[in-house]
Amino acid sequence: MTAVKNKDFLKLEGKRFFSLDKLMTVLCYAALITVVILPVVMIFYYAFWDGSKIDIDMFVKVLTQQGNLKAIKNTVIIAFFTTAIATVVGVFFAWLLGRSDIPLKGLMKFLFSIPFMIPPFLAAMSWDMMFSGRGGYVNRLLMSVFHLSSAPFNINSVAGIIVIEVVYYFPFVYMQVVSALERMDPTLEESARIAGAGQLYVIRKITIPLTIPAISSGMLLILITSLSNYGIPAMLGFSQNIFTLPTMIVELMNRAGGSFEGIREAAAMSIILVVVVAIALWGQRKLTSRGSYDIIKGKSMRPMLIKLRGAKYPLLVFSLIFLLVVVVAPIVMILLISFVKAYGLPFESQNMTLANYRRIFVGNIMVSDSVKNSLFLAFSAGLICLVLGTMLAYVVNKIKPKGGTVLEMMAVLPYSLPGTVMAIGCMLAWSGAFFGITLYNTIWIILVAYIARYLSYVLKSSSAALQQVHYSLEEAARSCGASHMETLKDVTLPLIKPAMISGFFLVFLPCMRELTTSILLYGPNSRTLGVAIYQLRINGYITQAAALSVVTITLIIICNNLVKFVIGDRRRK
Amino acid sequence: MNKVELRGITVHYGEHAVLEDFSLTVKAGRIIGIVGPSGCGKTTIVRSICGFINPEKGEVLIDGKLVYSKTGRVNVPPELRRIGVVFQDYAVWPHLSTYDNVSYPLKKRKTPKTQIPELVEEVLEQVNMIGYEKYLPSQLSGGQQQRVAIARALTTSSDFLIMDEPITNLDAKLREQMLVEIRMLQEKLGTTIIYITHDQEAAMQLCDEIVILNDNGSIAQIGTDEEIIKKPANRFVFQFIGVSNFLPTCIKGGKCYLSLDEEILLDDNIPQDYPIGKTRALLGVRPMDIVFDDNSPIKAKIVQATFLGNIYTYFISLGKEEYRVQRIATGETDDDKYREDLTVGVKFVNVKYFDMEESV
Repeated sequence: MTAVKNKDFLKLEGKRFFSLDKLMTVLCYAALITVVILPVVMIFYYAFWDGSKIDIDMFVKVLTQQGNLKAIKNTVIIAFFTTAIATVVGVFFAWLLGRSDIPLKGLMKFLFSIPFMIPPFLAAMSWDMMFSGRGGYVNRLLMSVFHLSSAPFNINSVAGIIVIEVVYYFPFVYMQVVSALERMDPTLEESARIAGAGQLYVIRKITIPLTIPAISSGMLLILITSLSNYGIPAMLGFSQNIFTLPTMIVELMNRAGGSFEGIREAAAMSIILVVVVAIALWGQRKLTSRGSYDIIKGKSMRPMLIKLRGAKYPLLVFSLIFLLVVVVAPIVMILLISFVKAYGLPFESQNMTLANYRRIFVGNIMVSDSVKNSLFLAFSAGLICLVLGTMLAYVVNKIKPKGGTVLEMMAVLPYSLPGTVMAIGCMLAWSGAFFGITLYNTIWIILVAYIARYLSYVLKSSSAALQQVHYSLEEAARSCGASHMETLKDVTLPLIKPAMISGFFLVFLPCMRELTTSILLYGPNSRTLGVAIYQLRINGYITQAAALSVVTITLIIICNNLVKFVIGDRRRK
Repeated sequence: MNKVELRGITVHYGEHAVLEDFSLTVKAGRIIGIVGPSGCGKTTIVRSICGFINPEKGEVLIDGKLVYSKTGRVNVPPELRRIGVVFQDYAVWPHLSTYDNVSYPLKKRKTPKTQIPELVEEVLEQVNMIGYEKYLPSQLSGGQQQRVAIARALTTSSDFLIMDEPITNLDAKLREQMLVEIRMLQEKLGTTIIYITHDQEAAMQLCDEIVILNDNGSIAQIGTDEEIIKKPANRFVFQFIGVSNFLPTCIKGGKCYLSLDEEILLDDNIPQDYPIGKTRALLGVRPMDIVFDDNSPIKAKIVQATFLGNIYTYFISLGKEEYRVQRIATGETDDDKYREDLTVGVKFVNVKYFDMEESV
């Protein structure tokens, strides 16, 4: 045999190659089991294990209490009506903006994006300031103008909660449907018109059926979010003792004060909440799985716009008023309250002050701590989710190990679990149950819960990007002499960098405004912004709560624009 | 010396067997074409050689060195196999400039920094891409990206290249040009090239030796272009490498007949390549090899006649079937005397006989 031409072969003798694939797969399993599976297991353990044997008496006990039953009923009623009404509103606006010739579309589209930036509990707080009984500013105004003896609106009711949830969640359906309408082949509608069908008939028989998948996925989002929402019912319902499942669970946890029985009760309620969500998901799937349509195309086309004629300006006025009330009013209200000397005083120049801001920033350790904590939590959770989520996306999409779908399911499980349930699971898992690790009352338990909750956001955004990276790009690097690790560093990661950056902010932003999990997990030194605002509000420092809200919203808007700038900058390149 | 040896490679995708006990030897310093219909396992073969997939059975040797063996637990990672690969979709990294793409293998092989610019320049000159060093792939045309991909493969290894359908995405004129350039490169550098394609014409133009694969991934024939054209191993190869006509024949009393509605004598003897021991077989003939001859007893009707500049293409009906005929335009005045609906005599030259039962 002649001399071996490839000198690399000489280096091979006796060398073993370690497999990066296996290492990453194992790491993903370990991380997900720790962060997601242990907490879920602990909830079941506490709900079904009374210390010595399996026991379902706790469910009987929980389900026979009037208060709990009422909470279940409220949860279901609120979720049902919210989903139904918000879907109608969302579809209406989607059609108006996607398919009609209504003017000022740009302005309206911008207004629709605002609710996504304001935490739901802040919006609820603001509505509470406007419409709560005789104290709300708008109620008082209406009473004095129309000489009413009682308040015209009562936001602190089941109906009130439904209205605010509708207002806050209809953009979920709106967003989905608008994008579907934009991608829909306009010839489908045009051919119906040519065949002699009237405008309303086309909408009813062609447009709506074709957008059903989009409507249904938007509905699903609303349904899950409403069932698991904590902030809105807590802000609006507590004062009137109106509870939903998530708020009831938190209440039980607070009442338990750490007793085994109390925790078991909360765990049992958590399982009931999960069951309710599961039934809702199943029912929704049954309802909408009857037909699936795939006539929506990937490329965007310019649809024919429907002329509103005489209805144009009345609809415009109606839409603008609706949006102003729904989107702008709460922000203005919070802003005004944050400058007023005392809650209840009229908004006149002699009553205005900057003292609220001074008070929260100077000398209030709780508030300055909460700003630091939230920034730290959002940043670390974003970073850890970025690394873990991208690794997970790589394992699931590129390595495809046996059981890869299990990994993916574990990662998206917390997405459909209510935040309250996840928080209780974390609390049970990390109070010394495993290896004696006690994170309770520290900031780390909140971090772990955030990671579990938001990991799937990065997974989705990185997965989508990785699917665009063809195998051959990586194989080319390998054949050029790069090891697996070098291939990741030089080729794969640079190519999905934009998706990773946006994945980071997809975690960072919701963490900044989080309330549901942190309200259960905070300790004396680990309050978050959400918790601080909530406590200021509950303890009667309403003006300071408003001031801190303004600070929070400003932070979120700045970060949001930073993302757009960073991502947009890359795209331009 | 053998550059690559595959021994008994077996690969399944799920239930579907892509390669079953596949063996192949590639000699050093030659261009070998692997040709076969889409989905027959061509790409799987090269991915096994490169180390991108691990076959369930078999061994891979490069330069006589065992780089993969399932039973011997040998698996040299792709980066140490030193094979320059040109991928079907170019796989030029979109975030790196031409220079960075081409110099990447040099950096990974720890080439001294001072030598890199010179080596890159040299390779870029070979593929006519000087002046495009700073361009990103998105600023290059498909053909230019292809050249970058070839340049990058050359900096990886000027000794052994694998090209997987490297010119399919180019237009006809550029394809022609690239084939000539690849050939010239190979002659200059003495590179071993494995060239994968489903385009048998490109393979014949370029390769020293051609491996034709069956649908199921087994080898139908290995040979030079001349061998494959003159002595196709079976009906599949005959059909794969060009337009073909098949007519039924039979043997009766030691004579060979065309077996249509009536039997027409073709040959007074049993043809040499007639399948042994058979009394029926298919006669395969190229369109150019059906000749109009008014004295022939075989009469056919011209169904369609098309003039294509330098050749005429006809469809003639014979028995129940239609067959394709081509004739070079001679430029004589009676060139167009064979018109539609005319009945003409035809005879067959350069015929091959194939077993009827053979599945295609």
